[in-house]
Amino acid sequence: MVGRKSLLKRILIVDVPMLLILTFTLGPYLWMLLTSLTSENRLFTEGPSLAGATLENYIRLFSTVGFLTNLIHSFIIAAGTVVVGLSLSVTAAYSFSRFSFRGKRYLLLQFLIINMFPVVLLILPLFVMMRVLGILDTHLALIIANATVAIPFSVWMMTSYMNGIPKSLDEAAMTDGCTRLGALWRVVLPLCTPGIIATGIYIFITAWNEYLYALTLGGRNVRPITVAIQTLIGEYEVEWGLLTSGGIIGAMPATILFLIVQKRLISGLTQGAVKG
Amino acid sequence: MLTMNEPADRLPGRAALARKVLPYALLSPAVLVTLAIVFFPMIQAAWMSLHDYILWKPKDFTFVGLKNFAAALQDEVFWISLRHTIIWIAVTIPAQLLLGLATALLLNQQFPWRPLARALIIIPWALPSVVIALMWVWIYDANYGILNEFMLRLGLIKASVPWLADPDTALYAIILTLTWQGFPFFAVMILAGLQSIPKSYYEAASLDGAGPMRQFWHITLPGISGVLVTAVLLRTIWVANSIDVIYVMTGGGPGYATYTLPLYAFIKARTNLDFGYGSSLAVLFTLMLLGLVIVYLRRAGRSVN
Repeated sequence: MVGRKSLLKRILIVDVPMLLILTFTLGPYLWMLLTSLTSENRLFTEGPSLAGATLENYIRLFSTVGFLTNLIHSFIIAAGTVVVGLSLSVTAAYSFSRFSFRGKRYLLLQFLIINMFPVVLLILPLFVMMRVLGILDTHLALIIANATVAIPFSVWMMTSYMNGIPKSLDEAAMTDGCTRLGALWRVVLPLCTPGIIATGIYIFITAWNEYLYALTLGGRNVRPITVAIQTLIGEYEVEWGLLTSGGIIGAMPATILFLIVQKRLISGLTQGAVKG
Repeated sequence: MLTMNEPADRLPGRAALARKVLPYALLSPAVLVTLAIVFFPMIQAAWMSLHDYILWKPKDFTFVGLKNFAAALQDEVFWISLRHTIIWIAVTIPAQLLLGLATALLLNQQFPWRPLARALIIIPWALPSVVIALMWVWIYDANYGILNEFMLRLGLIKASVPWLADPDTALYAIILTLTWQGFPFFAVMILAGLQSIPKSYYEAASLDGAGPMRQFWHITLPGISGVLVTAVLLRTIWVANSIDVIYVMTGGGPGYATYTLPLYAFIKARTNLDFGYGSSLAVLFTLMLLGLVIVYLRRAGRSVN
């Protein structure tokens, strides 16, 4: 039985500190939300407030700044990266999880090492390379750039999900006349669907949020939302109502997706670390 | 070597060969693409760093050996950036770690709204860095920012401080932002570590009369030490590399007050279009990080086996 005294103790040493940390975590975001709902001319006289909340900043964002095009660019790039990242990594992950072969460890570590290198080291040569190929400022350029992060990540995640599916299932399928690839396609992949979805969503989020590649390799034609927001900061320097509404819209898809898959994603992400 | 099915050498030649080749064939798309878009460009970066290469003079690609590297070591901005990078890591990582540890310990307790707290705590992690930069610039705003108002009301400062425009505070203001962005990662990692410690250890310890502090030192800390080391290594590498938040918040300014090494390399290439010198800075920085990367890979390599 929980007595009143221990309840009070719990509130003091757990609930209150947790609430403080959550205030620190969510405060900046909520402040941005509140600012975006305050009309521009009241912002500097009375400060952000819920009284008289209005959507006028959001309406202006879409009507005059043309935010919708940027959202579409971001969507194309993020979706393209998901397709590239997943399709290239499924067979690789299967190979890692089901076979043991010479050089396996080095190949696996090869995928791990990629994300350790500074973005700057990659961004300069990629820019030069894409300039030579003439694909700067296209969706393809940004999909390729984002794939440098997505492929290794996805190989690791998919390998960890596939390791969780018993090998005996493939063997059974192959005894029933499936080929190797048939077993992958008909047995392993369907069982991995939740893992594939979580990995895909995470790739989508990182590609959506990506900024440096978009700034360097994009341009006038292809301008994803992150670059658009940064441009807004330069153009509408003091119009914080408009700026913060841009921030809310830009962060919305990633935040919602993240909250949906956070549980599965985190168990996948932390698995490797806990073993280490 | 094959783990499944019968040993390969007992099979007829063609099938055995196919079995041997299959794992590599399955791997080849991912490996070839990463070779083309990651490893080849990296070699190219190293190659560029040995040349005079300014983008608007494309014909001028002269081999100069280690000249760029020698120039970097003479460059005052290089040393300023390096010092900032070190401060930046030395403050951000411990701050993230401590806050993350506290959060994880709290989240590991029983309280009714725990699932909600756990879901909300990772929101900073999901936000685009540009949006993070934007909202913190607004918080730090010299005239209307909430931080100034808050601290003025509490009497902590006497007049508004232009946090990001003052060379003395700019770097630390950004460090606070980065701490905010990164501590949920620690919290989540450490929480997973905490949950892998068997409950029976604590029960046994409290039967033996060990108080909460001793339990923490002798059970909790050893139990999560592996996760802590991995998380610190990973996070150090990421924080050292991350330049997007600084780039949007201050662009390195005021003056050189918020330059870090990778940011300097990026600005050199982007603003001055000096790709030769920019790549040599990037290569130097990578070499400095390499030690950490190797330590991390050793650990990861062990867990792979």
